[in-house]
Amino acid sequence: MIIEFLTPYLGDQLAYFSWTLIKVLAILIPVTLCVAYLTLAERKVIGFIQLRLGPNRVGPKGLLQPFADVLKLLTKEIIIPNGANKFLFVVAPMLSLMPALAAWAVMPFADGLVLSNIDAGLLYVLAITSMGVYGVIVAGWASNSKYALIGAMRSGAQIVAYEIAMGFALVCVLMMSGSLNLTTIVDTQRTGLGLLGWNLIPLFPMFVVYFISGVAETNRAPFDVAEGESEIVAGFHVEYSGTTFAVFFLAEYANMILIAALTSLMFLGGWLSPIPGIPDGFGWLAAKVAFMLFFFLWFRATFPRYRYDQIMRLGWKVFIPVTIVWLVLIGVLMRMDWWPW
Amino acid sequence: MSFENFSFYLFAAVLIGAALSVIFSRNPVHAALSLVLAFFTAAGIWLMLEAEFLAISLILVYVGAVMVLFLFVVMMLDINLNRMREGYWNYLLPALVVSGIFLTELIILIGGRVAFSKPEKVPAAITSEGNTLQLGRLLYTEYLYAFELAAVILLVAIVAAIALTLRRRKDMKLVSSNEQFSANRESRLKIISMPSEGGRREDPS
Repeated sequence: MIIEFLTPYLGDQLAYFSWTLIKVLAILIPVTLCVAYLTLAERKVIGFIQLRLGPNRVGPKGLLQPFADVLKLLTKEIIIPNGANKFLFVVAPMLSLMPALAAWAVMPFADGLVLSNIDAGLLYVLAITSMGVYGVIVAGWASNSKYALIGAMRSGAQIVAYEIAMGFALVCVLMMSGSLNLTTIVDTQRTGLGLLGWNLIPLFPMFVVYFISGVAETNRAPFDVAEGESEIVAGFHVEYSGTTFAVFFLAEYANMILIAALTSLMFLGGWLSPIPGIPDGFGWLAAKVAFMLFFFLWFRATFPRYRYDQIMRLGWKVFIPVTIVWLVLIGVLMRMDWWPW
Repeated sequence: MSFENFSFYLFAAVLIGAALSVIFSRNPVHAALSLVLAFFTAAGIWLMLEAEFLAISLILVYVGAVMVLFLFVVMMLDINLNRMREGYWNYLLPALVVSGIFLTELIILIGGRVAFSKPEKVPAAITSEGNTLQLGRLLYTEYLYAFELAAVILLVAIVAAIALTLRRRKDMKLVSSNEQFSANRESRLKIISMPSEGGRREDPS
């Protein structure tokens, strides 16, 4: 392995450090590329849904469009508004990107293919993703703008509400698998029945709750009141331009991919194949993530924005009771051994 | 200095710096954000002690939930910094007395143990399974009653907090959501047929 190749030159600790760094880059560079092409896919998919072609000028079939966008954003000026808190204004985009990338540390891509296979993986993911809200809140406050502050407040209240439902949905998953380790969670869905063994079947309501909460958590349409361009211009990132805006953009799409990947691991069997007899592999995970990501784009093209009080009602009065009832139901079924699987 | 020592001192320095900044920063939002940083670095130190569950739940509960609400409230408040700094000298003496008592108690409780005994090594984990699993098992078997009692106390606190703040305005124009959802075309829209008023017809010729 490469680590044995590096050790004589760098010493033990440094070799380990650089090998880990290489692995981190091997995860983050594809994630960033996925983000770039997700933006293109979004514009293409929404374009086709609305009977347009979408971007098709830069490169063959518009395939180089994301790079043109990035170059454009990087060359623009970063404007810091008067009276803004300069330090927090610049730190806020990083605060929102950091959790979106750090959560990939425990994400297994195939059997054994994981950067850090820790036992409390699910807890780690919950803790890290719960920090994403700081980027939005700090950005809204540091901008010294009414629209930005209103956007930040809306987003904060929304994320706090939906995080609870999300957490309860994941508690059901960990009851099913009896472990917080993400690799084990996928392995317990391997029952030899293919698709029927996945958590999707017994936990279907939790799957729905988790995914919708994920959409709300990433501030995507129809839950994008934090941006709400018709009421508060662009919400928390109204004052951001150039690179700082690009980082927010990157964080939003990285979060979407993260939620799609987590949904695939928890409920759709990760890298397991849906039909018994066909070999498992990373390809299945990629296909499932792409499938879930398509839902994000589809939602955006289909649903009008939720009214704010209805968002709160859905989070607190519908999702949380549903998850608690299902939690108790699963508990009783497991205790009584009335488990068909 | 090993990497472990280095990261401990780094975390400790950041933790103390952040904690000082909580007290000394003039802007309450900065203070709240410093407190977030303090929690985060404290979690880092706990992680180095292999207390993974404590570290992660510190971040999950305090950084991810409590401080978000805290920051929320601090941002919404219209805080007048000049008024807050009034009467500094009046408060100084009682504050010094209280903190003096607190410090003495802490020194009696912890200081003696630290100063007069050799630093102990952190005991190695008993089993290879993570401490999340072990803690969970203990909480739900041996300490079940204490755990449930804590949960009930929390529940009472939640109910009390809601009961204290729940005031319904009389002039509120809230429409019940059931009414909204049960609305359909028939309840909102009526198509009636009425004769046209026989307006002038344009003659094509």
